[in-house]
Amino acid sequence: MIVLIKGARLLGAEPTDLLLRDGVIAEIGSGLDGTGATVIDAGGLVALPGLVDLHTHLREPGREDAETIASGTRAAALGGFTAVHAMANTDPVADTAGVVEQVWRLGREIGYADVRPVGAVTVGLDGQRLAELGAMADSAAGVRVFSDDGRCVADALLMRRALEYVKAFGGVIAQHAQEPRLTEGAQMNESELSGRLGLRGWPRVAEEAIIARDVMLAAHVGSRLHICHLSTRGSVEIVRLAKQRGLPVTAEVTPHHLLLTEDLVAGYDARYKVNPPLRSADDVAAVREGLADGTIDAVATDHAPHPVEDKECEWDAAAFGMLGLETALSVVQHTMVDTGLLDWAGVADRMSFAPGRIGKCDGGDFAQARPLAAGEPANVVLVDPSASRTVDPAASVSLSRNNPYEGRKLPGSVVATFLRGFPVVENGELTQSSIQKGMR
Amino acid sequence: MSRDLSGFRPVLSDDEIARALTRMAHEVVERSKGASDLVVLGIPSRGVPLAQRLARSISSVEDIDVPVGAIDVTMYRDDLRLRPARALEPTDIPTGGVDGKIVVLVDDVLYSGRTIRAALTALDDVGRPQAVRLAVLVDRGHRELPIRADHVGKNLPTSVRESVKVLVEEVDGRDAVLIGAAEDPVAHVDLEDAR
Amino acid sequence: MIRHLLSSSDLTREQATTILDTAEEMARLTEGRSVKKLPTLRGRTVVNLFFEDSTRTRTSFELAAKRLSADVINFSAKGSSVSKGESLKDTALTLAAMGADAVVVRHSASGAPYRLADSGWIDANVLNAGDGTHEHPTQALLDAFTMRHHLGDLDGRHIVIVGDVLHGRVARSNVSLLATLGARVTVVAPPTLLPLGVEHWPCEVSYDLDAALPGASAVMMLRVQQERMNAAFFPSAREYSRRYGLDTQRFGRLSDDAIVLHPGPMNRGMEITAEVADSERSVIVEQVTNGVYVRMAVLYLMLAGAGDGTTGQEGAA
Ligand SMILES: [Zn+2]
Repeated sequence: MIVLIKGARLLGAEPTDLLLRDGVIAEIGSGLDGTGATVIDAGGLVALPGLVDLHTHLREPGREDAETIASGTRAAALGGFTAVHAMANTDPVADTAGVVEQVWRLGREIGYADVRPVGAVTVGLDGQRLAELGAMADSAAGVRVFSDDGRCVADALLMRRALEYVKAFGGVIAQHAQEPRLTEGAQMNESELSGRLGLRGWPRVAEEAIIARDVMLAAHVGSRLHICHLSTRGSVEIVRLAKQRGLPVTAEVTPHHLLLTEDLVAGYDARYKVNPPLRSADDVAAVREGLADGTIDAVATDHAPHPVEDKECEWDAAAFGMLGLETALSVVQHTMVDTGLLDWAGVADRMSFAPGRIGKCDGGDFAQARPLAAGEPANVVLVDPSASRTVDPAASVSLSRNNPYEGRKLPGSVVATFLRGFPVVENGELTQSSIQKGMR
Repeated sequence: MSRDLSGFRPVLSDDEIARALTRMAHEVVERSKGASDLVVLGIPSRGVPLAQRLARSISSVEDIDVPVGAIDVTMYRDDLRLRPARALEPTDIPTGGVDGKIVVLVDDVLYSGRTIRAALTALDDVGRPQAVRLAVLVDRGHRELPIRADHVGKNLPTSVRESVKVLVEEVDGRDAVLIGAAEDPVAHVDLEDAR
Repeated sequence: MIRHLLSSSDLTREQATTILDTAEEMARLTEGRSVKKLPTLRGRTVVNLFFEDSTRTRTSFELAAKRLSADVINFSAKGSSVSKGESLKDTALTLAAMGADAVVVRHSASGAPYRLADSGWIDANVLNAGDGTHEHPTQALLDAFTMRHHLGDLDGRHIVIVGDVLHGRVARSNVSLLATLGARVTVVAPPTLLPLGVEHWPCEVSYDLDAALPGASAVMMLRVQQERMNAAFFPSAREYSRRYGLDTQRFGRLSDDAIVLHPGPMNRGMEITAEVADSERSVIVEQVTNGVYVRMAVLYLMLAGAGDGTTGQEGAA
């Protein structure tokens, strides 16, 4: 299959043509010959490398009522992602080679986006014994990111051992930083508002204390550390300091922490219940600055689907989490690009190159997050920055509807997504991925 | 409590109101053969000052203290659901109660009769009087219930498209009975009872 | 006049005063009468939806509704199949089908009454009878009613609230209502039992009970649960009562006309000594009686009128 993309702005630069052939970018330049190719007029569109999400909950196996690998990767493709890291808190937990291989294989068969399983750090996420990290690393899934996400690896000794152990195969521990004793029964950001609403507070210090500890542990044992969904100004400052000292610490922020604030909780609408919780406007400003100056390496969605009944209920009883895959790029454009904090090259870095490096998926047979250059795999997304839409949860291809942006007007739209040269999204709509399967 | 009274014309002056109340006081005494068992109860808000004046009048005629009080009927109305809920007016039953007494209910305007029906129900919960009489300053007709007044200050034939306003010194700063056009004929049906 | 009563901070001074004035009339209308029942809410259905046990609150609402001749359904959702969150919706739909005009809801989760009121599952009036650690507005109203009865207008009066403000819905509701009514409020508690940001509340904050008591017109002692001790909120019951309990000595330093309140149930010997609780300046038993009047007033103002009271038009007979 040959595709000629005409007049796209590579990472926002001057318009040029891209020729995709046999799954790779064959040529880049102006006035390329489109003989035999499907021609796409990309005038006004920005071309980015296929986005890579470091933090996706696909819910399969175990909660196929909320999301499946099929529905989740379809949402990913519509959001411009060509690879997602599937979190380990499934049922069964992804803590063995068997489970991660199954998840990986399902992703391959469906073919909308590459699924990179994240392995659990501890058996059953229970924080007691290390899972077989090496076996997961050596499996067909080639796991490099390990996380007990949803729970914090709170035991300092266990965390130290995990950080040390994954050095053997170039892995990284992605920490969900939440001091458990400080957050027992926590429901929202601890603040004047939590006091007024009578909701148990989730103090910033519970995140910052773990990040500070883990930065020091990582420094002590000389290991890589990745911080999941950092949400406070204090966390940004700790990571900034760590980087100034040259420590191999990376961090991610979610789209919702770039945009939404805790005052949305005031009506007790559980769509706004998320972990870590929505914080203050000051924290939002701090994470935007951190993302802009590179303190925060990546945007990761923490896409967390939940069935309606887990959100349409009392706040305390509701599940934590929000959808994110289909809106992430729009939220980043809205909060970072349209505000002048980041250009499109910056977006490519924070949403593709950096997460690809952190997740070690930027090499090998199915390399992701590669530069847009001749000879590289043709993972490309075309974005129309001038488009805008009002978010309608019902229009989502996710099986869940816990969309916190309902009714908001957001800029930008993904026009096309190419996975190794094949258009999984065209004109903003999914194509048949079975064709893709045939091509493999 | 400012009411727009432009376009209203007077039908009773302050003197006429005073004379009407004095006449009614005599009627009450005559009818009751004395004043010893009387209890005068005004229906808020303008029935209450009228009841006090009537009681004072009776007292001066008979040289005896006539117990006077107030009975709010809001909680007993059958048309509560037709308008927004409102604050209650005070109910004040004189010590000695109403059991075995002759109760004279006093209101400013008698119209549909629903207020009086509610007052009778309210009175039921207070005790069992020997008899209940009704005294009103103005009877404007258009009854919706089989109720009539025993003592009337003035019979005033009106149209339903008209509105009757009673002003009393204690509430409005002056005494007068006025008549004018109702702002909204539909709403008006209730206006006198609702006040 | 009132669509829902979810939080006492939603009440304007005018609304709060109307409720209290109406409650006074309710008291006069029913006190000492042989017939305590008023026909006002005949044909209206009030549902007591209790996800959490509270016999005293439920009984108080039940009595209030019945005195206004409403039909009362007690729907105890505790212990039955309704334990998981999703059933709040099913319960609401059931109540809507039953034709409930008002739902009095008590729930262990903060904000549950908001879900009922805002979700569109049911269009009944919703009355918060205590939600989690959030609010208990009718308790605040009955406390204010009781104080007003003894002290007159609360404007400028100094009222001291002592105890677990962090977990206490009564404290939250009282602080905002009393501030709305113009009172000067001081909350007193160990720092561990005060929520973050309490300095932004419309009250003064103190850790020292003895310093707060002089000049107080009323002192409200809040129940402190013994189990808080195990979560390190304070070291021991003895230390708590020594620092924050109302004993005879502290009571003696109050002015002669000051009154003592407690929303109950009391821990005698913990936050209040038996002598103080039983003294004649303690109005704790009165609070229970007044609860019925205040709840009658709220139900009346909510249910007696047409719609939500936004239509100022007098209806046709
Ligand atoms: Zn997490």
